Amino acid sequence: MKVLVPVKRAIDSNVKARVKADGSGVDLANVKMSMNPFDEIAVEEAVRMKEGKGYGANTATEIVVVSIGPAQAQETIRTALAIGADRGILVQSDTDLEPLAVAKTLKAVVEDEKPDLVLMGKQSIDGDNNAVGQMLAALLDWPQATFAGKIEIGEGKATVSREVDGGLQTVATTLPAVVTVDLRLNTPRYASLPNIMKAKKKEIATKTVADYGVDAAPRLKVVKVAEPPKRSAGEKVADAAELVAKLKSKGVL
Amino acid sequence: MAVLVIADHDGTSVREATNKTVTAAAKIGGDIDILVVGQGAKAAADSAAKIKGVRKVLLAESAELGKTLAEAVEATVLPIAGDYDAILSPANTDGKNYSPRIAAKLDVAPISDIIEVVSPDTFVRPIYAGNALETIQSSDAKKVITVRPTAFDAAGDGGSATVETIKGADAPKTDFVSEEMVKSDRPELAAAKIVVSGGRALGSAEEFHAVMDPLADKLGAAVGASRAAVDAGYAPNDYQVGQTGKVVAPELYIAIGISGAIQHLAGMKDSKIIVAINKDPEAPIFQIADYGIVGDYKTVVPDLMKALG
Repeated sequence: MKVLVPVKRAIDSNVKARVKADGSGVDLANVKMSMNPFDEIAVEEAVRMKEGKGYGANTATEIVVVSIGPAQAQETIRTALAIGADRGILVQSDTDLEPLAVAKTLKAVVEDEKPDLVLMGKQSIDGDNNAVGQMLAALLDWPQATFAGKIEIGEGKATVSREVDGGLQTVATTLPAVVTVDLRLNTPRYASLPNIMKAKKKEIATKTVADYGVDAAPRLKVVKVAEPPKRSAGEKVADAAELVAKLKSKGVL
Repeated sequence: MAVLVIADHDGTSVREATNKTVTAAAKIGGDIDILVVGQGAKAAADSAAKIKGVRKVLLAESAELGKTLAEAVEATVLPIAGDYDAILSPANTDGKNYSPRIAAKLDVAPISDIIEVVSPDTFVRPIYAGNALETIQSSDAKKVITVRPTAFDAAGDGGSATVETIKGADAPKTDFVSEEMVKSDRPELAAAKIVVSGGRALGSAEEFHAVMDPLADKLGAAVGASRAAVDAGYAPNDYQVGQTGKVVAPELYIAIGISGAIQHLAGMKDSKIIVAINKDPEAPIFQIADYGIVGDYKTVVPDLMKALG
């Protein structure tokens, strides 16, 4: 089974995003960037499928990672190759594409690469849209299984336990399919030094969005980006009795 | 103008998230119809028909709609999408699953998790884990939107819309296998008026339940947890409050042994009143709490139980 894993270069999850003073966006100058954490989980799971960890031997035979972004997204692809992916595709774009354009570009990559499974993060931690996987599945007319907490691959099908409100739902889809992963699927490994060195020799093909003939024109205009309203610290109360009295006076008890 | 709201329901009645999504729809303007997808969901459709301001309710049924499979919801909505200028769903796991799928089929840029309707084409939504709020204007003729329920008031009852049946679609490439839903007599976390949440300080699953459950029962509250507590296995995943879990905005939020990581704050900072109980006076949670008690939960929570009578 060939697995395609889309990965995004995004703000590091330990960095607090700061809004630019002119309200035009979030300031990413000199900010640490990393692979979107959900995507890292997708790469890890694909590598486990290849290693046969928790899966049958050679469940994944080839893992291709694709990133759509600036030239530096190559580093993100290298990170995925160091975890164990086989080769990469960088679709260079100097503008930040909207999820619909990303999905259309990925559709073109899928048509080129013909994977049996697209495994990807459920959302990126910058735009927080939680949309690309579902849209890619729709554009391909493929089934989807979002928010995966556990995946089993059988003959021509994927059985996925999904983390939904109120509990877990298990669905089985035919392959090819798009599966988006949630946080509890696995804990990604740290790439070892020998694997980081090996990753440097793996192939990364460079393309542009235009190569795929995708209409990436924006549909949304960012009017402004603002800080959320600040909450200020209230008061410390001495004990539970005082707390209950205060809450009663506020009418919440 | 006409807006379609896809309902969240439990088979017998609509959940409050539906009423809240109707409020967002009313802010966009025009006639509001509600689509109830399910299996044996006539009672839910009847309850949707009572929401004030609703023109009509469409009921679509199939086995796979009963499990809200995204492919089936998409195939049910597409034939009627032409009748609407906007299609709204609550931004819960079902809405997030099917809504972008509908958008892609309609060649529309989806707009996720809105917290404000500025005008019929302009919306505010949180980005970067709620650390920034983005105002975006859509140039698409049709809008496909998910609505963060906690950001809107619930539309009340008082309507008497008609219920029409439309064709419910299947999901030919996806099969429902099973589900494990957590059973609880407590209110639903996302809709509860009071939420008590526990953190890693509670130390074990036994302690978590021994401390949190009686307090929740006394207050008629839902129980939540920080991601740290969930990751440590003290609480089930669907208790998780935070950017990657549930976003809640109750009247009263009591955080016990939660330090207040950015990720957690993103899921509860819109609560009306926040109480923090933590033995570390420097814990970041105190910076956003209306009332704080510096102390060990082992003494504070029993005192609180006593003070509540």
